[in-house]
Amino acid sequence: MNNWLLVALIVASTAGSDVLQSMEMKRHARSSIGSAAKHLFQRPLLLLSIVFMAVSFFGFLLLLRAADLSFAVPATAASFVVETVLARTVLKEQVDARRWAGALLVACGVVLLAV
Amino acid sequence: MTGLPLKVRLLTAVVIVSNVLGNLVLSAGMKDSASWQVVFSPLVLLGVALLILWVLSRMTLLSWADLSYVLPVTSFGYVLSALAARFLLAESITPWRWAGTLLIIAGICVVGTTAPKTGER
Repeated sequence: MNNWLLVALIVASTAGSDVLQSMEMKRHARSSIGSAAKHLFQRPLLLLSIVFMAVSFFGFLLLLRAADLSFAVPATAASFVVETVLARTVLKEQVDARRWAGALLVACGVVLLAV
Repeated sequence: MTGLPLKVRLLTAVVIVSNVLGNLVLSAGMKDSASWQVVFSPLVLLGVALLILWVLSRMTLLSWADLSYVLPVTSFGYVLSALAARFLLAESITPWRWAGTLLIIAGICVVGTTAPKTGER
């Protein structure tokens, strides 16, 4: 499978997973890693987020076989911009100008890492 | 990360370190063998264990801070991964990749000046 197709798959499933987790964990904040682990099995959306994470992870394993670590890790950081947009549109977070600027810098950095 | 509660700083460090070590070990492990059974090798299993720690600590951090804060801050791990790839896995990294790393650090610093939860100033 083409490396960039793998990257697209990883980015999409990572974004889905992160948005679901952020949404769920804000609704039911947990005070420790242990209680977060217990909470995981009680919430369907969290379990779905783990499924997305599994898809992302297996895509990442395939990518690690085929490509350098110094390509694979930054390429998947392309999810940043996607996730910042989703944080604003779906999670209704107030993403101020500085965070947009920061996300844009990270995006440019990712592009350069992929050159 | 000045001005952040200690628990947020500590948990951020756990998130970053478990991610970098997990990816590093996983990368080394996945290239070790051509057969599919490589996924059960000790290195790969260790990498998976570290990434499980990463998942859980990151979920906890997400309950304390906005996603649009957590993402760039913990992406510092990407920079550490590049360094690990260069010095521990002997990958060659072009000037473009180093330049990209600096831009990512810059983006992280910009986001790091914002408060973790919107509504705080």
